[in-house]
Amino acid sequence: MIRRIETHLTMAPTPASTRRAGRRHPLATTALLVVGLLATGGAYALATTTATAETTAASAELIDEGGKLFAANCASCHGMNAEGTAAGPTLIGAGALAVDFQVGTGRMPMAASGPQAELKPVQFTQAQIDAMAAWVADLAPGPAVPPDRYIAGDGDAAHGAELFRINCAMCHNVAGAGGALTEGKWAPGLAGVDPVHIYGAMVTGPQNMPVFSDLNLTPEDKNDIITYLLYVQENPSVGGWDLGSLGPVSEGLFIWIFGLGALVGVTIWLTAKSN
Amino acid sequence: MAEAHDSAHGGETPGTAVAQQQDHSAPAPAVAVVRSDRFPNPGFPPERLRVTDLDPKKEKQAERTISALFFLSIIGSVFAVAAYILFPIDNLDPSTIRLNNMFLGIGITLGLLGVGIGAVHWSKALMHGHELVEERHPTRGSDESRERAVEIFREANAESGFTRRSLVRNTLIGAVIATPIPAIALFRDLAPAKDPVALLKHTMWDTGVRLARDPSGTPIKASEVTIGSAFHVIPEGLAELEYHRLEEKAKAAVLLMRLPVDELNEDPAKADWSYDGIVAYSKICTHVGCPVALYEQQTHHLLCPCHQSQFDVADHCKVIFGPAARPLPQLPITVDDEGYLVAQSDFTEPVGPSFWERAL
Repeated sequence: MIRRIETHLTMAPTPASTRRAGRRHPLATTALLVVGLLATGGAYALATTTATAETTAASAELIDEGGKLFAANCASCHGMNAEGTAAGPTLIGAGALAVDFQVGTGRMPMAASGPQAELKPVQFTQAQIDAMAAWVADLAPGPAVPPDRYIAGDGDAAHGAELFRINCAMCHNVAGAGGALTEGKWAPGLAGVDPVHIYGAMVTGPQNMPVFSDLNLTPEDKNDIITYLLYVQENPSVGGWDLGSLGPVSEGLFIWIFGLGALVGVTIWLTAKSN
Repeated sequence: MAEAHDSAHGGETPGTAVAQQQDHSAPAPAVAVVRSDRFPNPGFPPERLRVTDLDPKKEKQAERTISALFFLSIIGSVFAVAAYILFPIDNLDPSTIRLNNMFLGIGITLGLLGVGIGAVHWSKALMHGHELVEERHPTRGSDESRERAVEIFREANAESGFTRRSLVRNTLIGAVIATPIPAIALFRDLAPAKDPVALLKHTMWDTGVRLARDPSGTPIKASEVTIGSAFHVIPEGLAELEYHRLEEKAKAAVLLMRLPVDELNEDPAKADWSYDGIVAYSKICTHVGCPVALYEQQTHHLLCPCHQSQFDVADHCKVIFGPAARPLPQLPITVDDEGYLVAQSDFTEPVGPSFWERAL
């Protein structure tokens, strides 16, 4: 299976060879890339069930596969050996979990330089992400993808809520709705985020988020925090319509427009003469 | 209403001023029409009768609407009681509060709005609707009633002997003045027993006090603070305090961060206040005391969420934006024999916002 994928991949990064004859259609390279990626994605989608079993072993083939994907998609910024360039940091020691978070949430490959890498549709299949993660993890030891019991979300929601209020809520909002930071950066909302990505963000500290290593918040603590976030999403606000849980901004806007608007309407009705 | 019309003709309004001035001079020879200096009082516009005055069918309809509103109010009030019983709050399931509050609120809203809207509609549509003018009465009382009032005071003085029995009068005045004194003494005791200035100048931090995690209170080893980390810190022992725990936490809360050593630009005088890139700063904003904890690990900016003050952790937390007047106070730290982070001393300046006695 992996051999078949390699053939597609080796086709993709060969734009120079298409110029040779000079009479191909200008979109030939793009078309070739699209065909190659679609075929790769399709093949992986078919193979996912068997591929996940193989990734745990982090076999040499998988690492090799990840290296090729890295060279084709990441190396222009992070360097051929992930040593880092002016455009991107080194990934030596970043670990599999950082790759899983950054690529798995669609932040990498980065759409454009800016204050913050924006979320966009995920560009790779999970099997491809796992391959790249295995390659980065092979460079130097780093945080690994946690076992399922730490991202199950079956912990103590009350303890998780306390930890969240102390460590996370100042940026991410007490209900995980997100909030603004300095100079155009922001803390994203946490609704609908995969637990493994919440865990990954805490451990690796992506972009401007501080690191909350296992020595600060234990894996059990992290599971409690995930439990709390899932609880908040699954249970509607006790106080009724939460207006995005944004606090005084949305609530103030609502009451100024609709509350005062209703009062103005009632005042006009009170003083108007009946028909 | 009539007075308002009169004052409008008194010459104050801009439109009438020109006409008045012309009238003071001799009439222009070519103008044959004699002009009045006043607009005639237009009086009231003809009274427009309401549909309920003209059409008995509409009147009947309004009556039904009003009674329907009052009936809706009754239903709402009864519904509120029924909802309170049918949707009880289960202490173990907070989501039950939602239904309970919603239906109770709908019921009470119908109960109150039904009465209010019905009453207003009644007065507007059915009650006697003729326009009338009520002249304003003078505020001053009649001479007769004023004289009578003075007379009553005189009689009361003569009968009670208020001016004659001066001992009684003076002791009464003294007694009335004395009654609020116990309240002053009681309310004075609400102030801090100790000197508040001294309380503001010192926190729980002291030489050798370990830095501990909030909220568990477990001490932190320097080796546990990886680069890019942010720890929310309380002094060891705070979690076990029996009294004034929140007051102490409000002063002693600290944010512990580790930066790459080469990115840390330290004041030479405070160079030994950090440990291998680990720095500890007060979490209490120097503007008005909000907790400053929005730490960006790449830019090393700390943002206060209340008024957007920004501090640069790499540059001894100097203010780079916003209303804060001073850098966040730094807690001098080091490690003890067992590798735990400890404070070298208390903060060397008062934490938090300015206060009157604070030396700047």
